[in-house]
Amino acid sequence: MDRFLYMDNAATTKTAPEVVEAMLPYFTERFANPSSVYRFASDNKEAVSRQRDRIAETLGAKSNEIYFTAGGSESDNWALKAAAEAYGSQGNHIITTQIEHHAILHAAEYLEKNGFEITYLGVDENGKISLDELKAAIRPTTILISVMYANNEIGTIQPIREIGRIAEEHGILFHTDAVQAYGQLPIDVDECRIDMLSASGHKLNGPKGIGFLYIRKGVKIRSFIHGGAQERRRRAGTENVPGIIGMGAAAKRAYETREERVRKEVEVRDYLIDRVLSEIPYSRLNGHRTDRLPNNANFCFRFIEGESLLIMLDGKGICASSGSACTSGSLDPSHVLLAIGLPHEIAHGSLRLTINEEITKDDIDYVVECLKEIIGRLRDMSPLYEDFVKKDEEK
Amino acid sequence: MMYSEKVMDHFQNPRNVGEIEDASGVGTVGNAKCGDIMRVYLDIDENQMIRDVKFKTFGCGAAVATSSMATELVKGKSIQDAMKVTNQVVMEALDGLPPVKVHCSLLAEEAIHAALWDYAQKHEIKIEGLEKPKSDIHEDEEEEDEEY
Repeated sequence: MDRFLYMDNAATTKTAPEVVEAMLPYFTERFANPSSVYRFASDNKEAVSRQRDRIAETLGAKSNEIYFTAGGSESDNWALKAAAEAYGSQGNHIITTQIEHHAILHAAEYLEKNGFEITYLGVDENGKISLDELKAAIRPTTILISVMYANNEIGTIQPIREIGRIAEEHGILFHTDAVQAYGQLPIDVDECRIDMLSASGHKLNGPKGIGFLYIRKGVKIRSFIHGGAQERRRRAGTENVPGIIGMGAAAKRAYETREERVRKEVEVRDYLIDRVLSEIPYSRLNGHRTDRLPNNANFCFRFIEGESLLIMLDGKGICASSGSACTSGSLDPSHVLLAIGLPHEIAHGSLRLTINEEITKDDIDYVVECLKEIIGRLRDMSPLYEDFVKKDEEK
Repeated sequence: MMYSEKVMDHFQNPRNVGEIEDASGVGTVGNAKCGDIMRVYLDIDENQMIRDVKFKTFGCGAAVATSSMATELVKGKSIQDAMKVTNQVVMEALDGLPPVKVHCSLLAEEAIHAALWDYAQKHEIKIEGLEKPKSDIHEDEEEEDEEY
């Protein structure tokens, strides 16, 4: 007994041992500031630029298009706010979606307060945007389209290539928040006509506090953090050298092992989805059945509330989440679940399980048994379930 | 963990879960839209003593724990003493609640009051200090004006 199953890999992941190993010397022996002139420092400068090469390679980008940041939220904020600033003279309209991460949504709301007009595209019941709606939303004043690559809660993957083409045809910048997708999905910035892309280290077994923004050559966004000349004068601050080394090592590892890992995860994920939907009554899968992140399963269980479920799962050694971890302080159900059309009371009963390659079918068997027991218990004490059963009996 | 040990205990081993058939009073408060519904069943004897109490709750850990504690606190008490079980009393008995969960304790107090109100209505009596419960569920009406 006493299992410990971490099934919240969309919140964060374990830093891979080889990543930690690669980072460690840069805390102690190789601590130099890459900007210094001595040889002791130039090694670090080189090490940083090697990581830039590695990451660029995973995206089909050029090394000088990768800008290290402190993570996904910074990258998203930078992309939106700096694009608004740089292209504001050409127009004040930005298109995004209702299901973005709060790093995009709240940055967009901030821009709204500063004179920008934002269109928040809705999504269908599977969480996909409509390309026709996107086209219809474009105005002569549209300067930026920002659509996430894959959703952090329900895992749905957007038609990025098609969105990129639409943006290109209209001469509009295209940013994508790929924080969940990077490392899990093959991404080619040229094929998808992506102008800016946000990614984060700790979602792909890298360290926290590091990420990057890909900025296509020619995109004129300026610095968001002013100071020194780091990152081609576009992002000041002494480089987080251990973080950058970790980010590079994690990106390399993620893309070298991607196919095998994804094959394994999809098999286990589908096993989980099939078992839950067939064995737990009044359950539903949120997000697209196939166009979804390999590690993501998101369910709603009627008549029960998500937090109770999480605490009880925690008691069984299972770490999971209900909606995005960032929204757990709020009492409102997830904006993503509402956007796919779920009523509040059903959205309250959501569960997100995000696996990794170490989770086995045997683990899933344990999770499903726990779920059945817990959901049964919670339904037994739910007045909603009581009413539902009574209504059913009357028929 | 954000919850006290007592809250965790009452959440994981809730007391008085269930229904009472032909209860003297039943009250349901909260709504599914906000994620909390509590239903309290009271069995009150001819001397106006609460002989038994049961509850059902849809909600978070704090909602279940406050329902459990509130029912424990009114069990075996007279109606007048049950009226003294305020949300403050419930919270203190649970060694406190996180600020965002204080409304759960209010709901527990309201659920007891709603059940007492139902009893008073049925028996055509007046309970001192008891007012008509504010919130009740109307599931079918809730969804109409929902806007995002």
